[in-house]
Amino acid sequence: MTTAPRPTTPEPSDPKPAAREPILQVRKLVKHFPLTQGIVFKRQVGAVQAVDGVSFDLFPGETLGIVGESGCGKSTVAKLLMNLEEPTSGEIIYRGEDITKLSGRALKTVRRNIQMVFQDPYTSLNPRMTVGDIIGEPFDIHPDVAPKGERRKRVQDLLDVVGLNPEYINRYPHQFSGGQRQRIGIARGLALRPEIIVADEPVSALDVSVQAQVVNLMERLQDEFTLSYMFIAHDLSIVRHISDRVGVMYLGKIVEIGADEEIYSHPTHPYTQALLSAVPVPDPQAREYRERIILQGDVPSPADPPSGCRFRTRCWKAQERCVVEEPLLAVPEVFRGTAGPAEHDSACHFAEEKQVVPPEE
Amino acid sequence: MPDSNPLDPEQGPIAPGGGYGAGMDLAASDADTLERPPGHGQEPGGPAGKPRSLWSDAWRDLRRNPIFIVSVLIILFLVFISLWPGTIATQDPLQANLLKAQAGSEPGHPFGFDQQGRDVYTRVVYGARASVTVGVCATAGVVLLGSVLGGLAGFFGGWWDAILSRISDVFFGIPVVLGGLVFLSVVTNSTVWPVVGFMVLLGWPQIARIARGSVITARQNDYVQAARALGAGNSRMLLRHIAPNAVAPVIVVGTIALGTYIALEATLSYLGVGLKPPTVSWGIDISDASSQIRNAPHMLLWPAGALSLTVLAFIMLGDAVRDALDPKLR
Repeated sequence: MTTAPRPTTPEPSDPKPAAREPILQVRKLVKHFPLTQGIVFKRQVGAVQAVDGVSFDLFPGETLGIVGESGCGKSTVAKLLMNLEEPTSGEIIYRGEDITKLSGRALKTVRRNIQMVFQDPYTSLNPRMTVGDIIGEPFDIHPDVAPKGERRKRVQDLLDVVGLNPEYINRYPHQFSGGQRQRIGIARGLALRPEIIVADEPVSALDVSVQAQVVNLMERLQDEFTLSYMFIAHDLSIVRHISDRVGVMYLGKIVEIGADEEIYSHPTHPYTQALLSAVPVPDPQAREYRERIILQGDVPSPADPPSGCRFRTRCWKAQERCVVEEPLLAVPEVFRGTAGPAEHDSACHFAEEKQVVPPEE
Repeated sequence: MPDSNPLDPEQGPIAPGGGYGAGMDLAASDADTLERPPGHGQEPGGPAGKPRSLWSDAWRDLRRNPIFIVSVLIILFLVFISLWPGTIATQDPLQANLLKAQAGSEPGHPFGFDQQGRDVYTRVVYGARASVTVGVCATAGVVLLGSVLGGLAGFFGGWWDAILSRISDVFFGIPVVLGGLVFLSVVTNSTVWPVVGFMVLLGWPQIARIARGSVITARQNDYVQAARALGAGNSRMLLRHIAPNAVAPVIVVGTIALGTYIALEATLSYLGVGLKPPTVSWGIDISDASSQIRNAPHMLLWPAGALSLTVLAFIMLGDAVRDALDPKLR
C-alpha cells in the first residue's frame, strides 16, 4: 500500500475496452526452441515453433483468458511475459517499454509489476521454506518495498487477504492442502503489489470444489487491488467465468480473440467452435440438441506445422486457399462493419458464425 | 509454548479445504473464509514465537535428536584424543617388546599386543589423529570441491557443464591404487597432507556427479522459476532454493565415503606410498593385522572397531542433519 500511486483504472466490466490505453502490448511474439543434433558440434536440425507470432493487448483491470489444448504454446507465452524465456523475436511493451530487451536493474523493477501464479501448487512452493519465508521473499529481493521491521506484518496481512490464517507463518508447504498452497502462491504474487498477474493454469491442479474458491478469490483480489489478469487455462468454463476477453490459441498462434460473449456465443473460427462444442452441457435436455464437432486426427507437430492455415489439416472447411495463404488475425470481411458480436478478430478465410453452446443465463 | 510435542495433532497437516458445498457451481458464494480450520487462534507453536526459518527449525530439531547428540559426542571424543592422545594413553605407541608379540590382553594392556609387541590400546588411541585427519579432511575437501563444481555445472549447464563433465570423466578413469602409486611415490613429505590431497584429487568427481544430478532436478522446480520471476539473482536461487533441496544425496554419499577414505589410506600405506612409519594410523595397523587374523584376531578387531565407530558416528550425524533439513519428517 506504500508503493507508488497508480492511476485509477476504469471498471473491469467496461464493455468496450478498446477505447482504453493497454497496459501491456504483445507484438508478433515468437519463440522457437531449436532442435539440435550432436554433442560437441551441435547443429540445428529444426525448431519447435512453440509460439509463432502472437499479438494481443492487455488492458488495466481486465482479465484476458487464453485457452487452447495442451502444447499450443499457452505456457510459453506466460514464460515469455515473465521474462523467464527469451523470445526469438517480437516485443512485449509494458508502459511504453519493450521488456524483452531489459536486464539487470530495469528488469528487476519491471518484475515488481508483473507477477505470476504457477500451475502446480506442489512444485511452486519451496518445500524447505516456511510460509513466512516464501511470502516474505519478495521483500528480501526488493528491500525498498517494505522496511525490515514491517515485513512480518505484511506477510501476515497477505495471508489474511488470501483467506489463510496469519498464524500459519511458521508452517511448511506440505502442511497445507492444494487449494491452500495455491493461495500461498497467490499471496507471494501479490506481495510486490503488481499491476499484472500472469496465472498459468492456476486451478487445473486443484479439485473442482476448490477451483471455485480459488477463482472467486482471484476475482475478489482483482477488484481489491485493480489487477490485470492474464488467465491461462484449458478449462473453458472457468475462463468464461473469470474473463472479460478471451483468446483462443492453436499451435502457437492466436486464432480468435474477442470479448467473452463474442467468443462463447458468437464464435467465428472453426477451431473455437469445435473447442466449444466439447464443453459439457449440464442440462440433459439441451444436450440432445447441441451439435458436437469432432475433429479428425491429431495436432500436427509444432516442429513441422502445416503451410498456410495451421488448422487446415483438421478443418472441415479447408480449401485450396488455406494451404497457400495464411489467414491473418483480423475481423473477417463478412463481418466487417456489422457492429454485431461476430465482429471480432478471427484468423479464418471462411469465418462464419455458429452458436455451439447455449447462452449463459 | 513454542516447543510443544511434534506429534501434537494440532500441528499436524491441516485438513484439505474442499468439500464445503461450493460444489461444481463456479458462481457459488465466496467460500474463502471457510477454508480456515476450526479453532484457529489457539495454535500451539503458532504466532507467539518469533518467525522461524528452515535453519532455526533444523537446529531446534537436532538439539532434541538423541542420534545427533550421540554422534556428536563420539566425534568430539575422537577430536579430543586426536589432539591430546596422551591424556588417556600413557604408554609409547612405538615401544616394542618382541617377547609379547601377538599376546592377548593382560593388566595394563587391555587390547593386547601386536606383531611387534606394541600395545594395541595405545596404538588405537594414537592412530586416531592420522586416520581422523585423513578421513575428515579428505571428505571435507571432496564434498566442497565436488559439490561446488558439480552444483555450478548443473545450474549453469551448457559449456561449463560439458567441460566439467569431461574433466571429471578423466579423473574417474584413473585407477585409485595405480594413481596412488604414481602420485604419492614422488612425494617425500611424510605427513598426511599428500594423501589427503591425492584423495581429494581423485574423489571429487564422484560427489560432483551426484551434486550435478540433484541440482538439475531441483533447478527444474517451479519454485526456482518463481524466485526468478520475483527478480532473484543466481546466488539467491542457488543458496536459498537449490542447495537446501539438493544437499541430501551429497550428505549421504559424503558420510559413507569418509570410511572409504580411511580404508584407502590403509591400502596406500600397505603399498608403502601412504603414511609412513613412525606415523601411527588405524589403516596401517589394520593392514598389518589382516594377515594374522586367525592367530591374533584382537590385532585387527580393535583398530577396525575404532574405524567402524568413527564411520558410524559420521553416518549418524549425516542422517540426523539430512532429516532435520526435511520439514516433511518433522
